[in-house]
Amino acid sequence: MQTITLHSFDGGIHPLENKHQSTQTAIAQLPVPAQLIVPVGQHIGAPADVIVNVGDSVLKGQTIADPKGVVSAAIHAPTSGKVVAIEQRELPHSSGLEGTCVIIDSDGHDQWLEEISNGSQAISDYLETDNEILIQRIRDCGITGMGGAGFPTAVKMTVQNLTIDTLIINGAECEPYITADDMLMRERALETLRGVQILLKITAAKNCLIGIEDNKPEAIKAMEDALHEVHGEHHISVVTIPTKYPSGGEKQLIKILTGKEVPSGAIPSAIGIVCQNVGTCAAVYHAIAEGKPLISRITTITGESINQPQNVEVLIGTPVKHLLDFAGFKQEKSLFQKLIGRKAKADSKPRIIMGGPMMGFTLNSDELPILKSSNCVLAPSQKELPANDIASACIRCGLCTEACPAELLPQQLYWFSKNGELDKAEQHNLADCIECGACSYVCPSQIPLVQYYRHTKGAIKDERAAQQKSDRSKIRFEARQARLDREAAEKEAKRQARAATAEKAQAAKKAAAAEALNKQTAEEADGNGNTNDEIKKPEPVDLEKLQKQLDAAQAGLKKSMDKIAELKAAAAESGAEADAPIENLDVFEKAVANRRDKVKLLALQIAEAKKSAPLVKKEVSRDDIEKKLRAQKDRLEKTKERVDLAKEQGLDSLPALQKGLDKQMQKLKELEEELAQFDKAGA
Amino acid sequence: MSSILIAVLLLATLAIIFGAILGFAAVRFKVEGNPIVDQIDNLLPQTQCGQCSYPGCKPYAEAIAAGESINKCPPGGESTIIALADLLGVEPEPLDAEHGAEKDVPMVAIIREDECIGCTKCIQACPIDAIMGAAKQMHTVITDECTGCDLCVEPCPVDCIDMVPIETTLQNWHWDKPENSVSTIEKILIKEVH
Amino acid sequence: MTDYLLILVSTILVNNFVLVQFLGLCPFMGVSNKLETAIGMSAATTFVLTLASVCSYLVYTYLLVPLDLEYLRTISFIMVIAVVVGFTEMAMRKTSPLLYRVLGIFLPLITTNCAVLGVALLNIKRDNSFVESILYGFGAAVGFSLVMVLFAAMRERIAVADVPKPFQGSAISMITAGLMSLAFLGFTGLVSI
Repeated sequence: MQTITLHSFDGGIHPLENKHQSTQTAIAQLPVPAQLIVPVGQHIGAPADVIVNVGDSVLKGQTIADPKGVVSAAIHAPTSGKVVAIEQRELPHSSGLEGTCVIIDSDGHDQWLEEISNGSQAISDYLETDNEILIQRIRDCGITGMGGAGFPTAVKMTVQNLTIDTLIINGAECEPYITADDMLMRERALETLRGVQILLKITAAKNCLIGIEDNKPEAIKAMEDALHEVHGEHHISVVTIPTKYPSGGEKQLIKILTGKEVPSGAIPSAIGIVCQNVGTCAAVYHAIAEGKPLISRITTITGESINQPQNVEVLIGTPVKHLLDFAGFKQEKSLFQKLIGRKAKADSKPRIIMGGPMMGFTLNSDELPILKSSNCVLAPSQKELPANDIASACIRCGLCTEACPAELLPQQLYWFSKNGELDKAEQHNLADCIECGACSYVCPSQIPLVQYYRHTKGAIKDERAAQQKSDRSKIRFEARQARLDREAAEKEAKRQARAATAEKAQAAKKAAAAEALNKQTAEEADGNGNTNDEIKKPEPVDLEKLQKQLDAAQAGLKKSMDKIAELKAAAAESGAEADAPIENLDVFEKAVANRRDKVKLLALQIAEAKKSAPLVKKEVSRDDIEKKLRAQKDRLEKTKERVDLAKEQGLDSLPALQKGLDKQMQKLKELEEELAQFDKAGA
Repeated sequence: MSSILIAVLLLATLAIIFGAILGFAAVRFKVEGNPIVDQIDNLLPQTQCGQCSYPGCKPYAEAIAAGESINKCPPGGESTIIALADLLGVEPEPLDAEHGAEKDVPMVAIIREDECIGCTKCIQACPIDAIMGAAKQMHTVITDECTGCDLCVEPCPVDCIDMVPIETTLQNWHWDKPENSVSTIEKILIKEVH
Repeated sequence: MTDYLLILVSTILVNNFVLVQFLGLCPFMGVSNKLETAIGMSAATTFVLTLASVCSYLVYTYLLVPLDLEYLRTISFIMVIAVVVGFTEMAMRKTSPLLYRVLGIFLPLITTNCAVLGVALLNIKRDNSFVESILYGFGAAVGFSLVMVLFAAMRERIAVADVPKPFQGSAISMITAGLMSLAFLGFTGLVSI
């Protein structure tokens, strides 16, 4: 054994160990129960996602729930059988709340999954295998911390970005009554050490210290013997530490073995240390070397109400009742009841504690299942573990402060918790409390100190969540106000725009009406419709348009009439009979009639327009005329080109084109005349 | 006589000088606005429910800064009143009953979707836009954001909104506070009775 | 040098202004239920006391004495103190509105704090020189702050303790103050000044 200097942590207590009762026999194999209740949330982190359905048949070791996210672990079927239900069941948790559980009826065959039983999953050269593969296997096999907290081991082992110089293996098992790790080390030391080797390889730590309390001499010897068998292993040492509660606490063990303290609020990897339980190491070995997932664990069943206190290897999901029946459970009548012979209290429930006497909690019923982190089932008698007396007032003795292993001030924390002074409690490092129970154990007034701290921790968490929620509500409220303001502003803008256009229209109408009125009065005044050249009219454009339309209509009319004349002439030439119907004549006549009507209409419109608005000479500027001239010249050029083309190619459209060309030339001449006149007038 | 005159003059001079100093200080240290309003607002629960008869938490914070009593906020409850009393250095008063009683458990709104007709009245009523939906589309409450102010219950024409207590899950459960300790005499008496 | 040290020891401990000379009890009782406010108040009073002590010495020595107007010292000292307090109030309103709000009425009440006027007058009575006046004022303020902070810390603890019904509230505070005063009497005779 390597000699290392042992340090000590402040405080701690020495309760009666009561471990001898359960170490008299070897680890027993608990028979497979008829039904297993497997919760999917047995670890720290997100509960796993169920991947089987009701009615599926499952084999031992088959994955029934996949890890959800990084901090999560897989769940496997502990035995072969059929999934009869996936439902909400009460969990073995102090809250008594429910969680999703997979209920499996065992078929009695206990048959492993094919790939595990044929050894194909075994990795024999694990010391040469890549860390990634090893970590993935640990994750796939659902390994979580078996010391009681249940942190997913694969996550803890993901340390490639950190330098780890010490791997600490926790074989202390400081809590009274619990002997599961003790028996594991006595009987399965070699597997455990091989698991330690794997973890050592993954973390690449410089050395490894296995801390075992000195009340376990057999276990120490077994581990040391096994260490000799593991060849060439220089880095692992078995270290005996003095028995004190709670030296099995992670931070306390680190202090004892290395003298280093984990900073407040930080985890051990921050100072280059990783800590794992011996049970976890054994599970890791089985997962890597045999491919077996975590489906069973060693649990101590002890207490005066148990006939044969012992350690059993129990399948995860086994109801506690099965365990109690196996070890023999005798319900207790109180002495009072025995003497006086009165009837037992109607609702007398047997007191069954999951965990140890310091950190365990009472179960509501014995139908609750064993989890991966259930290291002990304790069924004490009233005499053995009397229920807490009613708490009296704090006498400020300070024994709690002496006992605290985390160097906190339990008395101050008590006062703050009692009076709801959450911020002061936080300042006094309530978050560093490991809830070991040493303070409550020593309190002469029997004050349930740990319950106060647990409550206050929850209250602080609640308050923080409420604060965050109210901050979010404030942001949402302000966003909503902004949205409403924006909508109101948009509405206002639209309304104003509409109002503006309406006003304009109104104004225009008014102006038109005023003008009409003016014109009328003017007419009446001089009996002439053509005065008032100054009044600018919007009509002149329309007048021009109408005039154009009239010309076009007249031209069309003329065309149609010509056409009819042609037809008649043709008919006369061809020598048809005078009154024989001529083809298409009626069509043309109809067209003529239409066009005549149109001409009439247009003429009327023009007359109206002229009446309502006196003709105004449009102010034409020189620029306008020039522009028109230029445009006309362009058009002329284009037409000339087309005519030349037609001439070359001898197209039929030549006469039409020629006519068009002539027209345009005339127009050009007119414009040039206009320009000349303008200049003359201007000059 | 002259000594009295000198005395009076001296005092007057002193007074003038000191007055000038104070005047200068008043200008130099002029304070705009009232930052206390923000601090008060941070203590209020931001449910924007209007039970205090102000249209939101910020207006109530401003009113408190102007002298309004601090006991008008039912969602904030006792703890908010005490926090406000601490901040402002006034006596905490019990919650003003006319503005509503403090609810025992926090509630959230739930819409019974089968009955929702998509009228958007509740969406308009929610002060923090915690209801998702559109006209003729399904409306639903974003439970994580709902503050339980219950302003949406009334406008619903088909009365399909319920207020339900927030569910306790493993994530938000925590231990209850242990019962208060008793004096030794009381302890003996209790034991005698049992 | 030793004299100055003795003045400090005397004003802070032996003749503590609050617990031995029983001056300035109003803010002592009124502002000490929370530690933060007590610290704030101590800082404000220290500033006021030192400055007022200096200013009143100057006013007395260079204005009142040459003009034979010593009898005006009370009123002129009050004016000086009022100005200093006003100045402090405005500065505090700007820099720490929360503290300003919390101290509330007690801030202008420093004007009527008998310790402040007491220091000013005692300086005269003891014929202190300029430096001695400064030290005297500063020492008084430090003593005031020390006691106030101690008392505030104790009151915070008492507030969450199991105090019997008849004693809850100001009763237990008064008793505690009395016990503290008894404790400070233990310094008697340490320094004769």
